[in-house]
Amino acid sequence: MDDRNKSGKHEEVSPVIPGGINMEEGRRFWLSELHNRFKQQKRKVTAAVISTQAVLLLIFVGLWEAAGRNDWIDPLLFSYPSKMLMQLWRTMADGSIWPHVGMTVTETIVGFVLGTLIGTALAAALWWFPFLSRVFDPYLVVLNSMPKVALGPIFIVGLGPGFMSIVAITLSVTVIITTLNIYNRFREIDTGYIKVVRLFGASRLQLFKLVILPASFPVIISTLKVNVGLAWIGVIVGEFLVAKLGLGYLIIYGFQVFNFTLVLSSLIVIAVVATIMYQLVAALERKLTAGWRER
Amino acid sequence: MKQETVLELRQLTHVYVNDKGASLAIEHINLKVERGEFVSLVGPSGCGKTTVLSLLAGLFPPTKGQVLLNGDQVSGPSSKVGYMLQQDYLFPWRSIKENAAIGLEINDRKTEKGLQYVDELLEELGLPDSARKYPQELSGGMRQRVALARTLATEPEVLLLDEPFSALDLHIKLQLEDLVHQTLKRLGKTAVLVTHDLAEAVAMSDRVIVLGRNPGYIRSELAIPDEIRLASPMTARKLSGFQGLFERLWTELDRDDNEGGSTGGRSQ
Repeated sequence: MDDRNKSGKHEEVSPVIPGGINMEEGRRFWLSELHNRFKQQKRKVTAAVISTQAVLLLIFVGLWEAAGRNDWIDPLLFSYPSKMLMQLWRTMADGSIWPHVGMTVTETIVGFVLGTLIGTALAAALWWFPFLSRVFDPYLVVLNSMPKVALGPIFIVGLGPGFMSIVAITLSVTVIITTLNIYNRFREIDTGYIKVVRLFGASRLQLFKLVILPASFPVIISTLKVNVGLAWIGVIVGEFLVAKLGLGYLIIYGFQVFNFTLVLSSLIVIAVVATIMYQLVAALERKLTAGWRER
Repeated sequence: MKQETVLELRQLTHVYVNDKGASLAIEHINLKVERGEFVSLVGPSGCGKTTVLSLLAGLFPPTKGQVLLNGDQVSGPSSKVGYMLQQDYLFPWRSIKENAAIGLEINDRKTEKGLQYVDELLEELGLPDSARKYPQELSGGMRQRVALARTLATEPEVLLLDEPFSALDLHIKLQLEDLVHQTLKRLGKTAVLVTHDLAEAVAMSDRVIVLGRNPGYIRSELAIPDEIRLASPMTARKLSGFQGLFERLWTELDRDDNEGGSTGGRSQ
């Protein structure tokens, strides 16, 4: 559209107006001037936002540091930033933190990927067999409103203390809500699209593959993003309960030995790793749904 | 032209059943459509126009009576019958060509030859450079042309047109009427058009069927004289006999409104 306007203007306008080249040039200059001013304005706002964010962070960290060092707050309970950084630096240098990070990240990734896949598969089953969806509807409602981490002890008894039960706790947090979200999306798809393929004699499988699944793709990907956050809850709670390795374990261990510097520095690691993971999934989402725009 | 019946409706009756009850949508409809004929169905809302079209397409079986295509009973949607909807419903994640070829894909006919035919169709319908574009890059009129290409790609014998022009601007609508009329005549396709627009019905059809409602039945038929039916829709609207036909249809429908408004609304 834009391309056509650009080239079209050249051919149509210039021959009509005498001295058109000059006018054309002047107009183009004026337009790019306006555009530049607009961009400048936008950059200014962005710069202001970023510097405010940085200042807020500095004030917070600075106050914390000052409060901790001057005993305005109990440094044993609340620690302070430089102490936490030292702790982090030490554990990173001697390599003792990496197995914990690796374990937690693995559990989280397995949790949100499996959670999304299983949830989608269940949603597909409910869509395929409407009878099933009516049968399971009340059970899903109950399961969805229940705090699933409460099932933790049952998983530990059933699956043993370790990786399996942590993943199971994570799945219990992610699967139900994924199933409900994606199934609802399946049902919301405009019947016109379904009619189009049915009129060509499409089978139910073809209908699913050609319409239902691709039309729900953006919702599935955004559910994946939501599940990153949910999986962290499941994993940390699971590690609180049983683990011998992982960031959740470090937190509960630090708490038990009254080492709050360890607790808070583990929280910082979680915040950093969770943010990175979320950003990666968000980037994946943008890549996969590029060109997919709903009308 | 040799008269040969392609579509036949025999004592067609359909009842919609839902929680609220059972409602009779159409009753005892008999109709024959010859090969190459263009027939329009007009009538007030609730007269079952869309029901008739859905039954012709085989979307669901009639409660009573038969739909025959070339003498065989229609038992489900098939590639012999093409259907064009009011909206284009192009899939936003498929390119124009993939959209136009979806019927071929469903029927396992997405061959080199099939795709070549899709290209030809897109070109004939004035969309030669759009094959790789996506629906959201096209205007409403262009998208509806892609929908026509999609319908024609499986080479159906019969086309069912369910108000395909009603969502378009007047200017685009008139252009598209001409294009569809010309394309269908050239390919020798049989067509059944459902429309609210009486002028459109007169301009495009060989025959206009007026339906009455509560329940839907055929109230009268209007054969369009050669002079108008052979002209393109755009030209037909300017011919001297056009206004008279339009007014006859109008009176016909008015009569229905006066007599049958008591039972209240029912969806088609």
